[in-house]
Amino acid sequence: MARIIGGIATSHVPAIGGAIAKKKFEDPYWKPFFDAYPPAREWLAKTGPDVAVVFYNDHGLNFFLDKQPTFAVGAAPEYVNKDEGWGLPTIPPFPGIPELSWHIIETLVADEFDPVSCQEMAVDHGFVVPMQLLWPGRERPIRTVPICINTVQHPLPAPSRCYKLGQAIRKAIETYEQDLDVVILGTGGLSHQLDGERAGFINRKFDRMCMEKIVDDPESLARYSIHDLVLEAGAQGAEFILWLAMRGALGGHVKQVHANYHVPISNTAAGLLVLDSAA
Amino acid sequence: MMTAARPDAPIPGTTIFDGRQAMKGYALNKMCYSFNDKANREAFVADEDAYCREYGLNEAQRKAVRERDVLALIAAGGNIYYLAKFAGILGLSVQDVGAQQTGMTVEAFRRKLTGEGA
Repeated sequence: MARIIGGIATSHVPAIGGAIAKKKFEDPYWKPFFDAYPPAREWLAKTGPDVAVVFYNDHGLNFFLDKQPTFAVGAAPEYVNKDEGWGLPTIPPFPGIPELSWHIIETLVADEFDPVSCQEMAVDHGFVVPMQLLWPGRERPIRTVPICINTVQHPLPAPSRCYKLGQAIRKAIETYEQDLDVVILGTGGLSHQLDGERAGFINRKFDRMCMEKIVDDPESLARYSIHDLVLEAGAQGAEFILWLAMRGALGGHVKQVHANYHVPISNTAAGLLVLDSAA
Repeated sequence: MMTAARPDAPIPGTTIFDGRQAMKGYALNKMCYSFNDKANREAFVADEDAYCREYGLNEAQRKAVRERDVLALIAAGGNIYYLAKFAGILGLSVQDVGAQQTGMTVEAFRRKLTGEGA
């Protein structure tokens, strides 16, 4: 049977993709950010997952407002990175695992979640940047199931709903017959706001509280409303629902392997958290 | 008229992009969505007004585009994820956009990001 080995949450700012393309790893602005990732990669090398299930948000690449799904599950043989408007270099496609995707979709619908299924799905920085940070050389080609949660157009799904979605996905993975080790990613956050007179809003205290509570007391965070998250973490800080979906999939007890918090990257408070399920 | 399922207190300096804004800004956001393609970015640069007319932007939206006025674009229904594609054509970073919206210099806005809430 498939099993979940743990999860990683990381921020996903477009500028990170630009810095990777230009190899700015030693640049004084970028070094403290990039230096946080080797321990996450070491944990991945040690645990060696076969599949990454990635909770992320689309930023107007695959979906437009003509059809804006709340939850969408990728079921494609591969996921193609495309230009999202800035002409940044795109990177090779990521292989999928459609059989697992369909098992997840079937299990979710049976569990009264009703996602959109996508046999083609272009992926933007929300998916690609975390993959580049965690598997930069792609020595071990990991297969992926992208799960897109709407953070573009309100109403956004409640934090509690996203946490439960994670729990339902855990059930799906644990009932998948093939012997696979699965890592769960949650991307985006932490506090940031790009729009309005409140642009540049960052809340270190709230972010640090979230990074601490999500390890041992995630349900206390799942009780926030979207409005609470916008107020406390900024308009785009509501992406924290993607971290909660990841945590929901990990189940009860987890061990924190690594954590980092760095402000700012672009307009964003950048968080990284590695959680091991086995410990 | 639409009414929110549960009225929340407004958050100063923040426009929640909901169904009401999504209806108001549909043409503007659709134009910005087209900027995912390089050829469309070039067509916009070649003749901005013609491109805006083609997408059916209203007068307020066209004025805000002409004036590169981000707050006015948001008031006209623009969604920041889509507007970011427009800002990219103009060579503006999110710090430039943040500085404009908050009435700060880019340097002061950068300092705010580094220091706020410490």
